[in-house]
Amino acid sequence: MLRTEGVRKSYGGVRALDECTIEVGEGTVAGLIGPNGSGKTTLFNVITGYAKAEAGNVYLAGTKITNIAPDKVFTLGIGRTFQLTRIFPTLTVMENMLVASRHARAADRKRAMAQLEFVGIAGHHAALAGTLSYGQRKLLELAYVLVADPAVMLLDEPAGGVNPSLVNYIADRIRELHAAGKTFLIVEHNMEFVMGLCDRITVLDSGTVVAAGPPDIVRTDRRVLDAYLGEDVEDST
Amino acid sequence: MMGTVTRQRIAAALALAVLAGAAVTFPLVFSSPATTNYGVYALIFVTAVSAWNVFSGFSGYISLGQAVFFGSGAYAVGIAARDWHVSGVAVFGLLPLGAAVGAAIAVPFGLVALRVRRHTFIVITIAVFFIFQLMAYNLSSFTGGSVGVSAPFLPWTATTFNERFYYIALACAVVMIVIAAGVRRSRFGLQLRAIRDDEDRARGLGVHAMRVKLAAFALSAAVTGLVGGVWFLYLTQVQPPSGFDPLFDLSVVLMAFFGGVGTISGPVLGALIIEPAQLYLTATYTNGYISEIMLGALFLAVVLFMPRGIIPTAGEWITRLRTRGRPAVPAAAAAAAPQSAGKAAAGDTA
Repeated sequence: MLRTEGVRKSYGGVRALDECTIEVGEGTVAGLIGPNGSGKTTLFNVITGYAKAEAGNVYLAGTKITNIAPDKVFTLGIGRTFQLTRIFPTLTVMENMLVASRHARAADRKRAMAQLEFVGIAGHHAALAGTLSYGQRKLLELAYVLVADPAVMLLDEPAGGVNPSLVNYIADRIRELHAAGKTFLIVEHNMEFVMGLCDRITVLDSGTVVAAGPPDIVRTDRRVLDAYLGEDVEDST
Repeated sequence: MMGTVTRQRIAAALALAVLAGAAVTFPLVFSSPATTNYGVYALIFVTAVSAWNVFSGFSGYISLGQAVFFGSGAYAVGIAARDWHVSGVAVFGLLPLGAAVGAAIAVPFGLVALRVRRHTFIVITIAVFFIFQLMAYNLSSFTGGSVGVSAPFLPWTATTFNERFYYIALACAVVMIVIAAGVRRSRFGLQLRAIRDDEDRARGLGVHAMRVKLAAFALSAAVTGLVGGVWFLYLTQVQPPSGFDPLFDLSVVLMAFFGGVGTISGPVLGALIIEPAQLYLTATYTNGYISEIMLGALFLAVVLFMPRGIIPTAGEWITRLRTRGRPAVPAAAAAAAPQSAGKAAAGDTA
């Protein structure tokens, strides 16, 4: 469904991505993990057009989408959330939802309200988005990406900075969407969250893929343990 | 029992009817040309500030080059009337040309300037403004140089001149306010406001930011160009320092900030208060700089003490008074949210 091939990206003298190749199958929940600075968000930025790849390509359902503008990437069917939530604080929650809608008609509002109900913040539809708590903002960001019904959803640390009960709530929403056929690529540091949710995990280190496979295989891979997971995770399993 | 929303709507409709009545009868009640002059200028600025607000207020791109369109509209009407020998009331038929020239300038101007943001954008708009002022001075065979261009004679008596211009300016203002309200309610307006909050995020949700910004910039420029033409015909002449006046830009921005940037009524209120006050100060004090000094002082006061302007600040006060003593989260809203998300997310302030 989504594939990157040999993607390279540098910032100044630092190579953020180096020959990075990943694959996300249709209808799967794929995880992307790695230590801080390993290039996870950079890869998201390259896929969604926020950063330009110096080499390599990005494909969506076989179509090359390398280095096209973010609005076109979204229109083609890739929606994303950000590590630090990015909502429109001076717009109401409903208006936030309608930014991603094709029109702002009654049918779009109905659909938007259904998505707000799905993530559990419909009661705040008339409130200014800037007044929401951090957790509610995470849910809003998830909801307004859903409005356009993207083929692939890229979630950048959906469980980051939120309390455990909300982490479970978000995981349940992802499972429901997955059951409905949605494809996900998730960047996350919360190992329990990733291991419990993902069908396949890719591990990045210094911009390079060091391992990829099912969670059970990845968590025992020596290179992964060296690069990122450490003995704590192994001990806890 | 009448609901709060219905009561608010009735109050708003009544207030609008009173305002409309006052606007229509103003030159009939105050027929002195000295007084109607205040009205004409105030309404010209209502249009110009509302046009500025549709682009800058909604998108967050603060333009200090709006005089480019105002002056160009004025010159376009003047030059066309002069070169095509248009006279009498037929010159009003040239006003759409002022709008077209404004929009035509805005497209290449915007294609360059709208690639950058914030301070850089402001600097570019100022630079373009000075380029146009210099062109007006130096392309003398076209613009008349420092002498400028004069408007054709209008066969109206001294008493009807101001009154007719008042109604023309009122029509422009009403149309602009309706356009602004329409834009704000539309998907186009929503996209502009999303760009103001976070342009990159908006792009990631399918908003073609450049196209949206450019359309708003051109719309704003077209209306400003048109009202520049009205101003020229009213004043009967335009020279480089009056057509391309830096104080025009500062006044427009101040009026919008004073009333409330990004709102519909704020720029209208700002123009209706500040422009007559500025004219009064200029007429009252022989030292012409007094009004400019006071304008600067007012600008500082607004930025420091009321950065969101009168309308949003007053709205906040009214909301605070109404909701005094009520819980922060309405019971209905809390009940509507599922327990797991409502509780978990509401308490999450990380």
